[in-house]
Amino acid sequence: MARETQAGQPATAAPSPQVPAIELRGISKAFGAVQANRDIDLSVLPGTVHGIVGENGAGKSTLMSILYGFYRADRGEIVIGGARAEIADSRAAIRSGIGMVFQHFKLVPNFTVLENVILGAEEGARLAPSLARARAELARLARDYDLEVEPDAVVETLSVGHQQRVEILKALYRQADILILDEPTGVLTPAEADHLFRILRGLARQGKTVILITHKLREIMEVTDRVSVMRRGEMVATLETAATSPPELAELMVGRKVLLRVEKAPARPGPVRLRAEGLRLSDAGGVERLRGVGFDLRGGEILGIAGVAGNGQSELLEVLAGIRSAEGRLEIEGAPVALRGPGADGQSRRAAGLAHVPEDRQNLGLIMDFAAWENVALGYHHAPEYQAGRLFMNNAALRADTAGKMARFDVRPPNPALPARAFSGGNQQKIVVAREIDRAPKVLIVGQPTRGVDIGAIEFIHQRIVALRDAGSAILLVSVELDEILSLADRILVMFDGRIMGERAAGATDERDLGLLMAGVA
Amino acid sequence: MSARRPLPPVLDALIVPLASLAIAFVLSGLVILAIGEDPVAAMKLMVEGALGSTYGWGYTLYYATNFMFTGLAVAVAFHAGLFNIGGEGQATLGGLGVALVCLMLPWPHWSVAFLAATVSAAAFGAAWAALPAWLQARRGSHIVITTIMFNFIAASLLNYLLSNVLRPEGSMDPASARFAEGLQLPRLGAVLEPLGIAFSDRTPANVTLFVAILAGVGVWALIWRTRIGYQIRAFGKSERAAVYAGISPVRVTIIAMLISGALAGMMAVNTVMGEAQRLLLNSVEGAGFIGIAVALMGRSHPAGVAVAALLFGFLYQGGAELALWTSIPRELITVIQALVILLTGALDNMVRMPAEWLWARIARRGAG
Repeated sequence: MARETQAGQPATAAPSPQVPAIELRGISKAFGAVQANRDIDLSVLPGTVHGIVGENGAGKSTLMSILYGFYRADRGEIVIGGARAEIADSRAAIRSGIGMVFQHFKLVPNFTVLENVILGAEEGARLAPSLARARAELARLARDYDLEVEPDAVVETLSVGHQQRVEILKALYRQADILILDEPTGVLTPAEADHLFRILRGLARQGKTVILITHKLREIMEVTDRVSVMRRGEMVATLETAATSPPELAELMVGRKVLLRVEKAPARPGPVRLRAEGLRLSDAGGVERLRGVGFDLRGGEILGIAGVAGNGQSELLEVLAGIRSAEGRLEIEGAPVALRGPGADGQSRRAAGLAHVPEDRQNLGLIMDFAAWENVALGYHHAPEYQAGRLFMNNAALRADTAGKMARFDVRPPNPALPARAFSGGNQQKIVVAREIDRAPKVLIVGQPTRGVDIGAIEFIHQRIVALRDAGSAILLVSVELDEILSLADRILVMFDGRIMGERAAGATDERDLGLLMAGVA
Repeated sequence: MSARRPLPPVLDALIVPLASLAIAFVLSGLVILAIGEDPVAAMKLMVEGALGSTYGWGYTLYYATNFMFTGLAVAVAFHAGLFNIGGEGQATLGGLGVALVCLMLPWPHWSVAFLAATVSAAAFGAAWAALPAWLQARRGSHIVITTIMFNFIAASLLNYLLSNVLRPEGSMDPASARFAEGLQLPRLGAVLEPLGIAFSDRTPANVTLFVAILAGVGVWALIWRTRIGYQIRAFGKSERAAVYAGISPVRVTIIAMLISGALAGMMAVNTVMGEAQRLLLNSVEGAGFIGIAVALMGRSHPAGVAVAALLFGFLYQGGAELALWTSIPRELITVIQALVILLTGALDNMVRMPAEWLWARIARRGAG
């Protein structure tokens, strides 16, 4: 068994002779003119947790899709446990011992844990024997890997963290030796993430190989043995985690030095710009999503709202922005604003001085088929400077204005005629941010401003938000990224289950403290 | 999955429909061959009959006028993401609007009556689209279902009115009385004569053609130049983004459907006032449904709609000639038309996907 050729990689402390669990050699994949993966070499040792980091669009997802048989590589080969593997589809991947835990779970919500685990792996026409076998196997897996889940629980009644365990169990039940997790902590509380990391460490100790795809450098530092960095479709480095640091990884990802912390002066809060009282909202199923949310937002401050995704933050944003109706009271600059019926819409909110950078930029903030200049009019199609007479729009003025915004916000390529879908995630977000910030709104509400945005653009967007604050605007920032909240916000509210669990000054709290509030522990 | 790449707009607008059309003609040829006729001779006869004389052109343009209106109607609704299948019913009501205007009032000159009839047809068509629009916007009743049902209601309503109300005393025919003599719209021959162009005067093509062209220009300006057009397109592309922008889905749905219905209704001016000079049971002649294919093939762009309308005008007129002069049965003409609709409309991706794949290969070769 020959040691593989990548001499540059130092051997780790992992046990036994070093045949890589999985090895990629010269993998290339192009989509049209876009080279998503270029000549990728990767070697993952068995019994380790191997992180893969990179900006959005760096090619991580493409690489994993090739490993899981969704795409075929144009060139290169995959070697699993020393033997060449042809992975034509996901069945072949499973046969090769690869298991995948997707960012968005692939579970049937109204099935039990057992039924989900055997789905697609049933044997014979009758379910009973498969279920019995799965029950025994699940008990063993729970014992071996600290993966406790009630086998008869219906999946939709489980917490997100437990649902994720079901995904891991599904992979292990299919005899996976190599487990790939794609951004697994996006939906977890810090405590749940910690538990997940313990599970991953346990799996590695028992000889499984874990590949963790993430953009959170903190997680890489916490849980991985080695880390590979991708940039623009290429694998730029593979490092021992113990021998690197977040700044070094960030620099490798972006290709230049990056400010990880936002530099800002202390806030100088002014008068209250937006006041919410007793906001209540039930969804179509009658579940209360907001249970009496209230707060004051002052000019010149950034109020952060932290919380695990799905605890009412999205609903709060949509209520404030006039997209959804709710009960309660809302005032902008002391004047009451309608929460339902006429006047509860995006146009009225904008007229009152509120701008909104939505969480879901691809479905709400932009129309992907529209050109950049058409997107700049979205929500501002009544703006006087874009009109030519009563009926007609002044498209020339709109194009010129878009060109100006693109220059000021460094949107690349600076071409107003390109459709939104032709821009990278970061540049799409810059278009939205430019549209909403450039008018210096009195109140700006921002949801996940840097989700799916590359590090370079994150830096830029954060600076713009701080500059808007310093110019006296009131800013509400909703983010599931605690790092973002901690570095950007002046004051922090934590939401849990449709309520505000507590308030903290940004300087006087930390992740542990916020994590407890996020988990609903008052 | 093989790599594909979106086509440049010019190729997209030209190559894809032309390739679809070619396939449709080849398949039609095979069908004609299968029943023992000569496809080449048939094609020649169609071209000769539809485009070989100003007489043929007159009929082709007459049909094309119908399809322009109904195609534009479907296209406007498409831009709002709505599938208005009710062009047939809206045009039926438009015909009623034309007939009432022409029969009820003594008009001094055809031009005044023409203007009033056009407005009336548009209003009747829009009114017939209003209820399905309201049901969709407010109640979420699917517009495809409601507009189809409204087609049947319109047909029944017209049947009732023609049999019981509008039928002249003593007539056995379910049709309205003939309009006054002076209300005949000028035919294309009469319009072109002062310009020194000799054009057959025996065809029903009339001044409504110019209204159709104006309507095309109007729809273009509406969709791409006005604020309401912007709102219609935004809503059609992404309802969620439209709501984010403060665009009212109810308002946009109703406005788009009213415009769509008005365009469909205006089609009746061509058939009722331009040709029959009275209201008949089948004054719409199926144009409401052809409009769907025309809008699909024309990519919901007025220029594309105009070209597609002309093509279907050719198929209609050429098909009629074929039925007249050969033993190819009338039903086969419908088969040919259906194949064109199927390939240009419904099976658009069948041509588009290989074309995009081919384009990706060409582009790669060019780059490498």
